[in-house]
Amino acid sequence: MSLQTTGGAAGAPPTDRTARRRPRRDRGTDHAARGPHSSRVGSHLFLLALVLYFVTPLWWLVVGATKSNSGLFASSSSPLWFADDFSFVENVQQLWTYQGGIYFTWLGNSFLYALAAGVGATVLALLAGYGFAKYRFRGRNAAFALLLGSVMVPLTALVIPTFVLLAEMELVNTRWAVILPSLLSPLGVYLVRVYAQDVVPDEMLDAGRVDGAGELRLFFQVALPLLRPALVTVLLLTVVATWNNYFLALTMVRSPDLLPVTVGLAQWQALSSGGAGGETLWNLVVTGAFLSVLPLIGAFLALQRYWQGGLALGAIK
Amino acid sequence: MATTTSTEVSRAGTATRAPRRPRAGRIERNRQRWGWFFLAPFAAVFLVLLVAPLAYAFWMSLRTDTLAAGESFTGLANYQRAFTDPLFLGGLGRVGLFVAVMVPIQLGVALVAALVLDTLATRLSRFSRLMIFVPYAVPGMIGALMWGFLYSPRFGPATDIFGLFGATPPGFLAPGTVFYSLVNIVTWQWAGYYMIIIYAALRGIDPAVYEAARIDGASGFQIATRIKVPMISAALVMVVIFALIGTLQFFTEPSILRNVAAGAIPVHYTPNMYAHGLAFSYQQFNYASTISFALGVIVFAFSYLFLFLTRKRSGLNS
Repeated sequence: MSLQTTGGAAGAPPTDRTARRRPRRDRGTDHAARGPHSSRVGSHLFLLALVLYFVTPLWWLVVGATKSNSGLFASSSSPLWFADDFSFVENVQQLWTYQGGIYFTWLGNSFLYALAAGVGATVLALLAGYGFAKYRFRGRNAAFALLLGSVMVPLTALVIPTFVLLAEMELVNTRWAVILPSLLSPLGVYLVRVYAQDVVPDEMLDAGRVDGAGELRLFFQVALPLLRPALVTVLLLTVVATWNNYFLALTMVRSPDLLPVTVGLAQWQALSSGGAGGETLWNLVVTGAFLSVLPLIGAFLALQRYWQGGLALGAIK
Repeated sequence: MATTTSTEVSRAGTATRAPRRPRAGRIERNRQRWGWFFLAPFAAVFLVLLVAPLAYAFWMSLRTDTLAAGESFTGLANYQRAFTDPLFLGGLGRVGLFVAVMVPIQLGVALVAALVLDTLATRLSRFSRLMIFVPYAVPGMIGALMWGFLYSPRFGPATDIFGLFGATPPGFLAPGTVFYSLVNIVTWQWAGYYMIIIYAALRGIDPAVYEAARIDGASGFQIATRIKVPMISAALVMVVIFALIGTLQFFTEPSILRNVAAGAIPVHYTPNMYAHGLAFSYQQFNYASTISFALGVIVFAFSYLFLFLTRKRSGLNS
């Protein structure tokens, strides 16, 4: 309920964003031109320090992926700079052959889980959010209150009970055990509802009805094109959540060829630091980690235009 | 308050609808039922994967499985055990401490970065915004793995960096310091995401407000603290809620760091780690469900309490 109030209070219609950004940008440059020079230098230095902090671990990962197993040790070369021998290609080749290239099976699983769960959760959220926003059916307020409450239910608290439930349906240790629980995105429904209320005008739907369009056709031909920014946002949020998930897959799947890359790499890490009898796969762990972060980082850099506007949806909720 | 407005609305609705012919009313009502049609797929998933596991967890938590007697109904005995169990209470206290330390730090970094970014429109500021956000695209497991390497005296650069100043680095993975090492990992991971949310809210403020304040002689700092922060309090509340829920469920980072610092992080470090260990190392699914359910209730209660306490404030200011 209070979520709804805050939404109403701060919920500037997303359509206004582009219109508002213009004057803002003018003000920004204007202010920058007039503002005291010293404070701007200070601000930029502050930002550079932050960038250094946030980028250093990733820089270490880039450098580490080019090192051999022994080169990774701090005693043999500086951890933040390249070693003399450049072993990136060898590391990838080793990943390709180690245990029959199981690393790439994990990577494929991560893709499959993230896409299946992301697309599924987005479709469910679009339909439900639109239903909440545009129909006044009986029980709507109660259902919506339930939805808001569920945003605050910690999803990891559901993992063990879901495991036991799925075990009884003999779905544990299958791909479904990872995909099905990831379909649940109450936050996605909430975002679509808030967005649909603002951007899909009732008049437009009514006009369609007068022309004899059915409710389904109105959804697909009138509402869906208008809801595209919400679609991208929810898709992004759910894909990232599933791709990054560790606890769920760790609990649900055991077979090595069903693991996503996060759980697989964690096993290699545990194996390598186990010491006695364990193989040291440090170069594979580091190169594997490096390759696995590339797709999402690449997607975020490529889709900047979409998520920067889209995550704003989350902000003005 | 809320109920009175909704009844007023519905009364007004029936008042305008009353003169209509009953047939039109029925058609209208039938049309509104399409709402359930659109809601149905999500509702099914919601029931099967949220309501059912919660109910099942509660049911399981009321039973105990013993080798001698099999599974039997034991009422709230498991909860009595949980809330006197030093391992569960210890984990709960630890995540409570994480909330107290980590959430203000994350929020502080995100807020200051967003406020600074909001005053700049340079290429460097846009680049910084992107770079600060990038860790969000890195799985928590990979983030913990990387920091594990960086903290390690064998692999990490700490010895070199501290050596420049003639000092020796602290043991980042020692029992006393690992808490702060974890705070650092999570801050690194999430501050950028929170910053983007706050930044987006700042961009939504009408700039005319700043002009008025500046004419009245307000400094940049005053504009930031007296105008911007209060105006985005709704977004700040959301960020705190996200951080609160995430922190109380702490699992991935400590269990990954445990692989390289087993001495400093016990298996029952957080309630989720404890529940996972009980279920999969000891097959105690009933007690594990009790821990999960209790944790879920606690998280829900704290988030709700926080929303309740801040509701007035965020409502007043925005």
